[in-house]
Amino acid sequence: MTELAQEMEVVFAGPSEELSVGSAAPGNSKLKTFLLAFAVVLFNAVGNLCLAWGMKHLTESMGWNPLGYLRAILNPFVAGGIALLILWLLTRMALMSWADLSFALPLTGVGYVLAAVLGRVFLDEAVSPKHWIGTLLIFAGAAIVGTTTHQTEPRPEPER
Amino acid sequence: MKWALLAVIVGCTVLADLLQSYEMKRSGEQSVGARGLVRLLRLAVSRRYLVLAIACMAISFFAFMALVQIAPLSFAVPASAASLVLETFLAKFVLKEAVGKRRTAGALLVLSGVLLLAR
Repeated sequence: MTELAQEMEVVFAGPSEELSVGSAAPGNSKLKTFLLAFAVVLFNAVGNLCLAWGMKHLTESMGWNPLGYLRAILNPFVAGGIALLILWLLTRMALMSWADLSFALPLTGVGYVLAAVLGRVFLDEAVSPKHWIGTLLIFAGAAIVGTTTHQTEPRPEPER
Repeated sequence: MKWALLAVIVGCTVLADLLQSYEMKRSGEQSVGARGLVRLLRLAVSRRYLVLAIACMAISFFAFMALVQIAPLSFAVPASAASLVLETFLAKFVLKEAVGKRRTAGALLVLSGVLLLAR
């Protein structure tokens, strides 16, 4: 009974002061946050690639015509790209619930490197030799941000 | 046309991310299993700020679709990264996040890398 009472007290009191700064909330570790960020990056890069591939192979120009966009969605690459981008949206929402915006953004910046590489390999887009320096800077920036605490404040318990 | 589309993309992305981050922090840590994704989908259509965020993302997305038709992906994606610094700045002052020297330096490094990739 005493143990239960203590447990209830902890649950209702919420996270202790020690949790508020410097450590993650009980739910998700930093490693899990990195893995989720990687999934977000992957969905976005592959989704964008599919979309760009599909759009580049359309015969009509889009402009501001809404019907043109609707017809574009029927293209399998555009449709696949959109499906991946929906998955990207949902996983990104989860990432935002786990980590600060200013932590998640530079981390997902690694996706820019992936986009450039995929653009070069699959779409024959020209990428200048400077892109290796750019890549290095992006990874360095993401690594530096990765050393900071991923949550400024602990999150409330999600509603069920 | 290229720059007008880019301005729409950046403006809508910044607003969408701020709204999304604010609302998702309030909703608690969400899981990413099959059930979690369904729950996230429900959240996305039931929370006012998330609906607004998704509307902004949709505008940004269609502007992006139009942009990749007239410019290479290796321009379109990195150029839209201009939102990164603006968002880090606003995360500190609007969302009250702990943006210290390391996060600022990291964001600036990522931005300079993205700009190099864009050329």
